[in-house]
Order: sequence, then structure tokens, then C-alpha cells
Amino acid sequence: MELPGYTRVSPKRLDSTFAALADPTRRAILGRLAKGEASVAELAKPFKMSQPAISKHLKVLERAGLVSRGLDAQRRPRKLEAAPLAEATEWLERYRQFWEQAYQRLDTLLEEMKKTERKNKQNKKQEKK
Amino acid sequence: MSNKTTVTAEPGKQELFITREFDAPRELLFKAHTDPEIYVQWVGPHGMQMTIDKWESYEGGSYRFTHERDGHKYAFFGVNHEILAPERIIGTFEFDGLPERGHVILGKTVFEELPGGRSRLVHQSVFFSVSDRDGMIQSGMERGVNDGYEKLDDLFARLQEPNTAAA
Repeated sequence: MELPGYTRVSPKRLDSTFAALADPTRRAILGRLAKGEASVAELAKPFKMSQPAISKHLKVLERAGLVSRGLDAQRRPRKLEAAPLAEATEWLERYRQFWEQAYQRLDTLLEEMKKTERKNKQNKKQEKK
Repeated sequence: MSNKTTVTAEPGKQELFITREFDAPRELLFKAHTDPEIYVQWVGPHGMQMTIDKWESYEGGSYRFTHERDGHKYAFFGVNHEILAPERIIGTFEFDGLPERGHVILGKTVFEELPGGRSRLVHQSVFFSVSDRDGMIQSGMERGVNDGYEKLDDLFARLQEPNTAAA
């Protein structure tokens, strides 16, 4: 769904980013790589998964451009690529900021409404007297 | 004032959640969502002129409003399914500017009472497809983007949780 004339063109890459992020194991792998690069064996350890199973997940992440291979030819460490993630967070963050701005306007209005209510209550009390 | 808006949209799902607390009782929060004179003052993108074309704030009633900027008009409409003061509003929402009809969103907004005259809003939108949802999030949000790396910290925190279910 796109809103014509109302849309900021968004890269197709988001689709593969989100597909890659849809799996909890892959999110956990990214969480681990956020702390520093790691080999397949190091990644497999905490997940109680075989190295081939981890490699499969890594392939999906690599295809999405979220993970790349480090320079060490022996260990072949994987490292996190931040750019697609930045796009993905920006995607949701813009939407969040849109509502944040609206709700901040609402905050101001609610303060006014509270004052009006207080005045109305006082007036009613005075009328009773 | 540290009331922060939270948006949760899990990858591959057809729903999204918006949560926000307010320093006002829920009766007022409910009123701000149902009184057109108040609603028009806060909803809608910044810098756009909003007009309410139709506002039937009762069950089975319908609504329609328009955002306008530089001669471009964007209309939204829907039907109120349930309006239960001061607890919740359930209704449909659709953008009138799409090439085809049928991309309807079902929304539920719940107003919870909190201690100390405060309240919490929990909104859930359900879409017909994942692409409908993702398109909605991408569209019309022409907000300036700050440094993306700051937000990465946030994402990493969420990534390390096994599942980011909505609170």
C-alpha cells in the first residue's frame, strides 16, 4: 500500500531486512554480533544448534546485508553490518515520531481541558452556595 | 515530562501497537478522541490543515476527515463499531487516496486508568496483509530523520530479547 504523493520512497531492501529479522534465532545472532565479531563455532555455542544450522541462518543474514565476513581467513568471523538496521529502525522511528508529535499536542490540550474542568467544578460549587 | 510513545510492529505480522501514557484522567483522553473540536487540534501530520467532513461519534456512525497541504488533499474515513465511554473505541480506518479500495484497517484504542489521575492509551491496528501494514508505516511520515545510530542502541536492546511482543 503506497499513498501517492504522500510517500517517501523506501528501499526494497527493507523487505529482506525484515524477513531476516522475523526469526528469533537470527535476532539473537545479531544481538551477539552487536557485541563484536564471532566465528560460526562461537555463534553456535550458546544456541545449542549445530554449526550447519547456524550457517543457514547466517546465509539469510548475509543475503540481507546484515552480516558480512571479517578479514581473518582462518576463523572467518562474521560481523554486523549496521546500515540496513539503521534503515529498519528509521522506518519505525519516523512513524513513532509522527505519533509522538501528535500526542505532545494532545498533552497540551489535556492540560487545558483539566483547567477548564477545575473551573467548571468551582463554578458549580459557588452556584450551590 | 517523560511520557514516551512506543510503537511495536513485529516483522512479518499484520498488526501494530501504539502505547502512550498521559498525565490526565482517561475520561479526558477519551473525550479528546471523540469530540471533533478537540480531535482536530491534535491529530494529523504537522503542518497540514485538517478538516472534519463527517463525525458521527456513536456505534454504527461514520467519520471522514481531510488533511491538506499545498493544495494536496488526503482523506481518511471509517465506521465506528463500538464507542464505550471512557474505556475503548473500535472502528475501521481507510485512506481514500489509494488506487483501489479495500485496504481497510481495524483499530482498537483502549484507555486504561492509572493511579494519580493518569491514564494509558493502548492502540492496536490490524491489517489485511503485512504489506498493507508496512506501507502504512512507511507512508506520510515525512519526518526529519535524526542520527540513525542513536536508535540502533534501542534496536539492539530489543534484538537481544527472544521475542518483541507488544507490552
